[in-house]
Amino acid sequence: MTAEIGHFALILALLVAVVQATVPLIGAHKGRQAWMAVARPAAITQFGLLAVAFGCLMQLYITSDFSVLNVVMNSHTDKPLLYKIAGVWGNHEGSLLLWVLILSLFGSAVAVFGANLPPGLRARALAVQAMIAVGFYLFMLLTSNPFERVFPVPINGRDLNPLLQDPGLAIHPPMLYLGYVGFSMAFSFAIAALIEGRVDAAWARWVRPWTLAAWCFLTGGIALGSWWAYYELGWGGWWFWDPVENASFMPWLAGTALLHSSTVVEKRDTLKGWTILLAIIAFSLSLLGTFLVRSGVLTSVHAFATDPARGVFILGLLIVVIGGSLALFAWRGPALVSTGLFKPVSREGALLFNNLVLATAAAAVLLGTLYPLLLDAIGGGKVSVGPPFFNTVFIPLMIPMIIAMAIGPILSWKRADLMTAVNKLWLALLAALVAMAVVSVLRSEGPLLGIIGIGLAAWLGAGTLIELTGRIRLFRAPLGESLGRLRGMPRAAWGMTLGHLGLAIAIAGMTGAGAWKVESIQSMKPGETVQVAGYDFAFEGVKSSQGPNYSIVEGTFNVTQNGKPVVTLNAEKRVYNVSSRPTTEAGIHTMFTGDLYAVIGDEEDNGGYVTRLYFNPLVVWMWAGVLLMMFAGTLSLTDRRHRVGAPKKHQPSAATAPAGA
Amino acid sequence: MKRKHKRLTFVFIAMLLLGAASALMLSAFEENIVFFYSPTDVKEKKLTDGKRIRLGGLVEEGSVKKSDGAIVMFRITDLTTALAVSYKGILPDLFREGQGVIAEGKLQGGVFKADEVLAKHDETYMPPEIAEALKKSGQWKGKEK
Repeated sequence: MTAEIGHFALILALLVAVVQATVPLIGAHKGRQAWMAVARPAAITQFGLLAVAFGCLMQLYITSDFSVLNVVMNSHTDKPLLYKIAGVWGNHEGSLLLWVLILSLFGSAVAVFGANLPPGLRARALAVQAMIAVGFYLFMLLTSNPFERVFPVPINGRDLNPLLQDPGLAIHPPMLYLGYVGFSMAFSFAIAALIEGRVDAAWARWVRPWTLAAWCFLTGGIALGSWWAYYELGWGGWWFWDPVENASFMPWLAGTALLHSSTVVEKRDTLKGWTILLAIIAFSLSLLGTFLVRSGVLTSVHAFATDPARGVFILGLLIVVIGGSLALFAWRGPALVSTGLFKPVSREGALLFNNLVLATAAAAVLLGTLYPLLLDAIGGGKVSVGPPFFNTVFIPLMIPMIIAMAIGPILSWKRADLMTAVNKLWLALLAALVAMAVVSVLRSEGPLLGIIGIGLAAWLGAGTLIELTGRIRLFRAPLGESLGRLRGMPRAAWGMTLGHLGLAIAIAGMTGAGAWKVESIQSMKPGETVQVAGYDFAFEGVKSSQGPNYSIVEGTFNVTQNGKPVVTLNAEKRVYNVSSRPTTEAGIHTMFTGDLYAVIGDEEDNGGYVTRLYFNPLVVWMWAGVLLMMFAGTLSLTDRRHRVGAPKKHQPSAATAPAGA
Repeated sequence: MKRKHKRLTFVFIAMLLLGAASALMLSAFEENIVFFYSPTDVKEKKLTDGKRIRLGGLVEEGSVKKSDGAIVMFRITDLTTALAVSYKGILPDLFREGQGVIAEGKLQGGVFKADEVLAKHDETYMPPEIAEALKKSGQWKGKEK
């Protein structure tokens, strides 16, 4: 019964979405208030119906109802409750249900909080939102119904892929989807604005918080996935330029660009067409990511058993959405007139430069990700494009952007003097040079790129702090006044400062972990010791034990440095009972300077074990930096101006300098 | 500065960036693309040593031998031709005899020295490259698409 209620709710949601996609749009065109007013209750109803459908599927998982195919394929009675719940979205059908649930959540949020939106814009944006929903409901109901029954009813389920039975990965998909789908808001508003032919500061002020929220979630989702790969796959790496990683990274790059360009629209009333285009691109890349991950055209952990019909459907959806929106942009885009003029050297110019680099980087990642598909399609052979390609293209593109990131916030709007700005940054240049000198002495054997990376991190970090001291007039005004300015700083400005600082810290971490990783692979017998980066790993032996639905072989390493004990690492190998599939749980000890990381492999004939031992420098900096970036985004989201609604004609006063991105 | 000039400046910067990116990409494509081969392809095309490739197929039953120093020897087969592979390190969790595998590395004196071994993440899933290699050698037993 529960399954039928869920299925029925999904069908009802489709019908409501069809109404929401058409009636308000016609109403907005003809100026009929009553027709436009349909959008709000419809959006809220959709969310209610989706919540029922999702609740039903969750109930089926929790009670292990094996008359439902989806539950059989992905669950088991012995599975811990957390993973029964996570199993709901740990598969193709369920994750799509989560996708549309989040879509309807955002839609109803506009309906509830959008009281001060112009009615036409609101009606049109909600209609566009419903069009996307219709596409996905049809996809689910026609090709991927999560509520399909199975007969005869099996006694037990096939369990969830053990790799996915992990707390980090349990919340990774919801976070990622909140990000992906969050960009649908910017997209819907962009399409609505194109239909209306008007983009103004109020529009940007409405789109910005949604984009910011989506960006925070996407950042978190990507970081969680990366963290999971780091401790679960046991390769000591955290980013592999795998197609599915790229699938989430491309919308992130476009979304970051959108975040910055929407500031320009809001403050300076220019770059409108570009911002609309970015909103379209960010969501298109999110859809493309869904396509790449869900259709199984790429080899990856996310490629569930595949069905060509699904791939064709998503491809069709992709063509309609991207092609349609770009065509609309080509038709209506020229009508968007920007009033704010500016010189190339200005805050706007710097933000545009950042946008161009981010867009180029996203294009490069897109090309590298799709190249194997293209080449195969034209019969050019099967290839893989791996990390060396992405590193050679992506990193050089980022270098000028990081340099510009410290300069941009110091430039004034409209027109600025580059030399004045650079003069303010001499301390940052000094900091970068000192950091590079220190690193080249400490790690003389490492790659040149490592030294450059640390220098860039120091430059960006110091540059951001210099901008902050300038903003609060530290050392130039009495200390009390500076502290007052610090307290009075808008939260959006804090968001910029902390976000850029977070990136600086993360760059240091990525550089450290990428450039100076020490790896040692060997066969070890109990009692043997191996030295890695000055740490002695003594292998104590293994012991066996039982987890809730798996058995454990646990290897113990006593790590010492110059005879002084550091930590005892436990590296596990788990074998899951139902699928008899093993997973690796690396033993990790996190320190300020780096992670000690141990993985144990199979037993060899002579009683030894294959072990992989790593010293991964500065890894924790990377996670800390990303967390700071998410915090910065959230802080910026709580800024007063996002709650005030439509802007006043003028900024309140010149004392609170205009906030950056 | 007039609007037209402003636009020209940005078009110029954008072209510069795109040009730089294209140049980077072209040179990176030249050096960093790895082609996929089945054991039969390797034999027929008489691949030379030292070229970096991906070798895919099934792990031949009974071929996995572990020796000292964490080195594993096994054979990858497309059920027509088999090729010896040596790999130093921990094999992925889902590496099994008779199952699909992709190894990345170089040919060295008739032995494929792998520095990376990828096994599929899900037992019901066969990487498309391997499925195709098996179809080509006429050994595909799975359902036809």
